[in-house]
Amino acid sequence: MRIERRLRQPRWLIVAVPAGSLVFAFFAAGLVLYATGHNALSSYRQIIDAAFLNSGALGQTLTQATPLAFTGLAAAAAFRMRLFNIGAEGQLFMGAITADAAGLYLGGHGWPTALVIFAMVIAGCAGGAAWALIPGALRAFFKTNEIITSLMLNYVAAYVLTYLVFNTESYWRQTKGFNASVFPTSKTLPNDALWPSAMIHVRGGIALPLGAGIAVLVAFLLWFLFTRTRFGFEAQVLGDSPRAAQYAGMRTRRKILAVMGISGAVAGLGGASQVGDFAHMLDADPNGLQKQYYGYTGIVVAALARYNPLAVVVVAFLIGALQNAGNTLQGADFPSGLVGVMQGIILFSALGGELLVRYRVRVGRTMPATEAA
Amino acid sequence: MNNSLLVVVLASGVAYGTPLLYGALGELLAERSGVLNLGVEGMMLVGAVMGFWTVQRLHADTALSLAAAVGVAAIAGMAMAAIHAFLVITLRASQIVSGLALTIFAGAAGLSSYLGNDLNLADNPARHAFSAAVFPASMQRLPVVGPIIFGQNVLVYASWVCVVGVSLYLSRTRLGLNVRAVGEAPASADAMGINVTAYRYAHTLAGGAFAGVAGATFTLAITPQWVSGITGGAGWIAIALVIFAFWRPALCLVGAYFFGALQALSPQLQARGINLGPTELWANSLPYVMTVVVLVFVSASGARRRLGAPASLGLPYVREER
Repeated sequence: MRIERRLRQPRWLIVAVPAGSLVFAFFAAGLVLYATGHNALSSYRQIIDAAFLNSGALGQTLTQATPLAFTGLAAAAAFRMRLFNIGAEGQLFMGAITADAAGLYLGGHGWPTALVIFAMVIAGCAGGAAWALIPGALRAFFKTNEIITSLMLNYVAAYVLTYLVFNTESYWRQTKGFNASVFPTSKTLPNDALWPSAMIHVRGGIALPLGAGIAVLVAFLLWFLFTRTRFGFEAQVLGDSPRAAQYAGMRTRRKILAVMGISGAVAGLGGASQVGDFAHMLDADPNGLQKQYYGYTGIVVAALARYNPLAVVVVAFLIGALQNAGNTLQGADFPSGLVGVMQGIILFSALGGELLVRYRVRVGRTMPATEAA
Repeated sequence: MNNSLLVVVLASGVAYGTPLLYGALGELLAERSGVLNLGVEGMMLVGAVMGFWTVQRLHADTALSLAAAVGVAAIAGMAMAAIHAFLVITLRASQIVSGLALTIFAGAAGLSSYLGNDLNLADNPARHAFSAAVFPASMQRLPVVGPIIFGQNVLVYASWVCVVGVSLYLSRTRLGLNVRAVGEAPASADAMGINVTAYRYAHTLAGGAFAGVAGATFTLAITPQWVSGITGGAGWIAIALVIFAFWRPALCLVGAYFFGALQALSPQLQARGINLGPTELWANSLPYVMTVVVLVFVSASGARRRLGAPASLGLPYVREER
């Protein structure tokens, strides 16, 4: 048996491998369930019920899928250029902090809702982009490995978030009222700063959050940017062969900064959507934003979508469904942690499947002379 | 004197730094062979839960239970590392994504939490734990060195042996030199007749074993109990520590104790009523911020090569494509 590089990647494999990974992951996770004495089939039926079929299930799935679409798009945008921005988690926190400040301030000063929301979107993008530009600038100017730096900044952002709500009387913290003096919490957004949602009247009503719409829009914009513009082409060349890009006179530094900025802005937008759409406060509760791992799961989403922005939206919905089922079902039949196990296996099989896309596995000893790559 | 801030912080710095040291030593071995494993946090957490499970369920005396627990933790860490090794060495997957996948799979929202909950390990203290009373009380009362050096548990002393062992292995043995060759120039190593695949597998697995022990340090010594996500990001600090230490075992020890001391600083300052601004914020963030700063220096022109980053770290080796 030998493994050789494919000269062309067949189109059908690009869809078949992620789909096969999903199937394999359910099979492998079934083995884990079976080995620990659970009935895999009934667990899976519960997952499907809780994710799609029960009353209100689709709405909750959308609640989980929306932030994952943002962090998935953030990862996809950067990973396409082989810029490994692992910092979507921290960038999302920063976007949430800035967007929350904008919502609290402008919403409290009688601005019209549309303007407040627009300002929150801009603030979220700016907060996320600024946080992402730290590793971006270090990479551009000092060639510092962005993987570790962006990751380290996740923890710093998490400490900042905790600090703002728990350890200081900051602008974001609720300081009035009896509850606030007993248990630290963040301020609730004024009504003018809440993001609207569109109701679809099926299955007990599905609320389509504004953030989900924005995520789809961003996905189309990114798809256009990366496949139809000179910018996207240059980013692709830079990712595939930095040296070739340099000889062709492309501006490496500028591109690194731009792509990291875009990636961070999209993650920050996810933070703004968290605040405006769902939490309506900064929410640094120990079981809040920091326990969701949206930033890290976004990498699963992006990898499974093979960094294609449009596919990210679809995958985010599926992984969001899984997350939602995990949250709802947590209990005896459905030990917490199972969702992470399944996500890990999905990612492992997608990664292993990459081999089939990039290489041809040939059984036998002869090798045609014409195919030497 | 032994109650002075400096001595207390240093003594707990050594204790808190020990899991970082084990994790970093393991990651150092893997990276020296050219494999970047970002799954340390996940491997640590699985080691932590399996070590704790062994202590709770094995009916044996303290010494035997603890020895078995450390062994089981190491094997659990190795099993996790084996997934990463298979994906990146045999299947040539991206080391970065695979390592992250390992942390998601095994980490605080994954297998470690699944196992801990399914085996009902939460809410019970460990039946046996590593005691800090290895040396006689008179020695522990010695000024300064008493608490810092003689007031630690067996895992701390074992980690010192590991530092010396790994250091000698990499610099003084034939096998260790081969590892470095594999990490620097796998094609040349292959031409010399070194089995690149075998070396990379062996050292990735060894890295997993160290990470497993690092996790067990949490559940059997630092806080002898199990809660989900007990390592709290120590795995990531361990990865950073390897860079911080310029891929040298002895410097890993210094860095680990420094980061450990930072962790101990904030509660100590609070307990003594010393106000140095937002301590929780800066003392907790400092290890991460310092890693970023050090990385910038390490990556500055030419320094990276001089300071010892393995030249083919993160790159798959494919003989046909060399």
